[in-house]
Amino acid sequence: MPEAASARRPARAFAGAAAVAVALALLPILAGAMGDAWVRGLCFAALYVMLALGLNIVVGFAGLLDLGYIAFYAVGAYVYALLASPHLTEHFPALARAFPGGLHMPIWAVLPLGAGLAAAFGILLGAPVLKLRGDYLAIVTLGFGEIIRIFLNNLNAPLNFTNGPAGITLIEPVHIAGLDLSHSTTVLGLRVSSVLMYYYLLVALAVLAIVVCLRLQDSRLGRAWMAIREDEIAARTMGINVRNVKLLAFSLGASFGGIAGGMFAAFQGFVSPESFSLMESIIVLSMIVLGGLGHVPGVVLGAVMLAMLPEALRHTAVPVQQWLFGRVVIDAEVLRMLLYGLATVGIMLYRPRGLWPAPRHGVVAAVTPDRPAAAAGASHG
Amino acid sequence: MVEPLLRARGVNKRFGGLQALADVGIAIDRGQVYGLIGPNGAGKTTFFNVLTGLTVPDAGEFELDGRRYWPKEAHRVAQLGIARTFQNIRLFPEMTALENVMVGRHARCRANALDAVLRTPRARAEEAAIRIDSLKLMQDIGIDRYAQHQARTLPYGDQRRLEIARALATEPKLLALDEPAAGMNATEKDGLRALLQRIRATGVTILLIEHDVKLVMGLCDRVTVLDYGKVIAEGSPYDVQRDAAVVEAYLGTPHPQAQPRRALA
Amino acid sequence: MDTLLQQLLNGLVLGSLYALIALGYTMVYGVLNLINFAHGDVLMVGALAALSAIGYLHGAWPGLPGWSLLILGILAAIPVCVALSLLIERIAYRPLRHAPRLAPLITAIGVSILIQTFAMLVWGRNYLTFPQLLPEAPMHIGGATLTVTKAVVIVLAALIMAGLLWLVNRTRLGRAMRATAENPRVASLMGVSPDSVIAVTFAIGAALAAVAGVMIESTYSVAHFYMGFIPGLKAFTAAVLGGIGNIAGAMVGGIVLGLIESLGAGYIGDLTGGVFGSNYQDVFAFIVLCGVLILRPSGLLGERVADRA
Repeated sequence: MPEAASARRPARAFAGAAAVAVALALLPILAGAMGDAWVRGLCFAALYVMLALGLNIVVGFAGLLDLGYIAFYAVGAYVYALLASPHLTEHFPALARAFPGGLHMPIWAVLPLGAGLAAAFGILLGAPVLKLRGDYLAIVTLGFGEIIRIFLNNLNAPLNFTNGPAGITLIEPVHIAGLDLSHSTTVLGLRVSSVLMYYYLLVALAVLAIVVCLRLQDSRLGRAWMAIREDEIAARTMGINVRNVKLLAFSLGASFGGIAGGMFAAFQGFVSPESFSLMESIIVLSMIVLGGLGHVPGVVLGAVMLAMLPEALRHTAVPVQQWLFGRVVIDAEVLRMLLYGLATVGIMLYRPRGLWPAPRHGVVAAVTPDRPAAAAGASHG
Repeated sequence: MVEPLLRARGVNKRFGGLQALADVGIAIDRGQVYGLIGPNGAGKTTFFNVLTGLTVPDAGEFELDGRRYWPKEAHRVAQLGIARTFQNIRLFPEMTALENVMVGRHARCRANALDAVLRTPRARAEEAAIRIDSLKLMQDIGIDRYAQHQARTLPYGDQRRLEIARALATEPKLLALDEPAAGMNATEKDGLRALLQRIRATGVTILLIEHDVKLVMGLCDRVTVLDYGKVIAEGSPYDVQRDAAVVEAYLGTPHPQAQPRRALA
Repeated sequence: MDTLLQQLLNGLVLGSLYALIALGYTMVYGVLNLINFAHGDVLMVGALAALSAIGYLHGAWPGLPGWSLLILGILAAIPVCVALSLLIERIAYRPLRHAPRLAPLITAIGVSILIQTFAMLVWGRNYLTFPQLLPEAPMHIGGATLTVTKAVVIVLAALIMAGLLWLVNRTRLGRAMRATAENPRVASLMGVSPDSVIAVTFAIGAALAAVAGVMIESTYSVAHFYMGFIPGLKAFTAAVLGGIGNIAGAMVGGIVLGLIESLGAGYIGDLTGGVFGSNYQDVFAFIVLCGVLILRPSGLLGERVADRA
């Protein structure tokens, strides 16, 4: 019971949180010493943390395997891209006339819009498929993710909505309190680079996501998700409207993706369908599986690990191989995929609860020989 | 005449070629302990599933506390006021015992996702109340020492009690128990009997599927007997025990050349 | 615009390929209740192995006729696919046979990634050309054209499917397979070793995938490490469409899906006034998938899955 625990030891919890905050604040400075690429890597890690937390709501909390999750990321990204870039005004004269100064919707307006649209897609996808059994649900959601990608790739004719494979460029950066995050600024005489500012913003959002997830977990809704995951039929008889609760999981998870997508578009400055392939969905899935399905700290760990390790590999694998073999045997991209595959298979076979699972409660009772060990089983019809 | 708490009439359910329930009816008065017995395969659990909305019947009329209902969705039936346990125990195994009972409070609470995320005063108050009420319920039933234990680690008899506690957490008008004494030894059955008497004393009506004749006779005010999906007897336990059709259903007809039966006790 | 007959023939070719691949999915699901997510990748490895074999053979014996190279390619692909499939079953699926339902699926996804990585390392990431082995000149049938390769696909698939139906319905092995598919525990009580039957099931599915893989690269003249994913997904759709676990269903589902896709791609331009073109072809399969699962989950011919109660 985290709430009771922190109530009992408020000083310790506060000190712990403060220590983490300081570490997070200093981390990019350290990383930046090795080059801006590392700070960029940290920014993407923050984005992946948000994605992993969102997928965790669907897969970890509610137990629904969604293999097309990246579609919601795409929705959020493209919503921001369309509303904060010259694309729409360039291709639709009517809009150009309506918005003579161009479309420059600010981030605080677009993010909720992206989140809302993603949530709507979540409900749209979820409603017809929720009654499907686990593996079918996985395949259908996979199909949905692919459909979104195909549409993004092809909705450039006859009307150019998405600009097809080339994607949308010249997306506006985030403006906060007059600060343009794409340009470095000076604070107290120190130069603060653009990447650094984005880092703090993304980490703040990631922390917010963590807090939201923890609160959801320890609530009536969180328990309902867990109940559904454990035994859907019993959950029904406890008054849980399984359908609506599952839809809620889908839409909440989707909204996380939508927000992350919007931030991604702003940060990167361009979006293309390539960034939203099935492989990305699988990467996010492998993150939560590696870290510990359903356990928020584990999910964060998994996301950070699988986001940063490929970066580390990229910087070490090539030179090491050059030094050892005189040439690159396995390039960084392949190494990255290898990592994800090994992580997924390895964890499922050897440590299925993940690297950092939720701590188990309870002592194991002795099984008396004349008593069958009770387990959740099907009731007779 | 006071209206029965639960009335069901003309319940029919067919599974492919099998008529699982044929024109089954039941009337349970408030505060009663009502027994549903019959040989294996008679349709008792099917009837439970129909009553609680897990299986949709082909036909039937259902009334709880004077209100007609059609048992299409289990969660609606739970909200109306029927809670149940399962023949094979369906706890939430990885959740703690306390969390299991807290889930039972779901139907009687209002806090939604937004309340949870924002930690509104209403949400916090409700959470605290859920926790306190659940613990108290577990104390009443005698399993509060397992509060933080994973449900699947509880001893068998206590798992059954936990399932009952969880069902009671929904504040039901009718508590439907599917073979709660299965697998219990004599001491545990005595404990169960005492527990059910205490529950009845709090005003909850109980519907019970049970095979243990002694338990049924000792506890139930009235009994309905099912065989092959049909009601073959209904009345007080004493009368039902002596009903020829009931004896035949359990023991079969005597062989034409058999000795005459001794009278039953 | 192609004629209706042309669309139908194209659909038949596509459908035959889907059917061959779908059989692998459906048989495995029938005995294990598991979507063998890596099946498409097994197909891909077989196809690439065949390409390598054909390249080698052609280099060593340039005089070999095209059709013999094709046959040898298939014969090279089959053991590769079978071995790979059995390896996957042994390493990734068998340990998880009693784990919760989603565990094998997640593992299968990981295995799929690993196989693709392996293929990337061995064959590189570029598209590889498959040589034209059979005569290029198309045959003309009532206004439509059909290349020799495509005709071979149809005929070969039909022969194989007939053979499989015979195997499943008329042989002892087939009986054992059907029994295990219905109830593995009871089948084992009758002396059927479920592990052996499962291995055979994987092997047969893999062999079919090998043939399908070689025929795919032969038809489209290209092969590469991602070539198994989309056909695999569509073949799974076909298996579900026909009724998962149902062998005849996989065959019917494959053909039907091929026809739907071909006709849909052919006429979508007309139907939507040019808004959606044949580049949306892949979407059809997904729409069919969603539609079947939502509206008629047991499929056209009814599903046959193991009794897990």
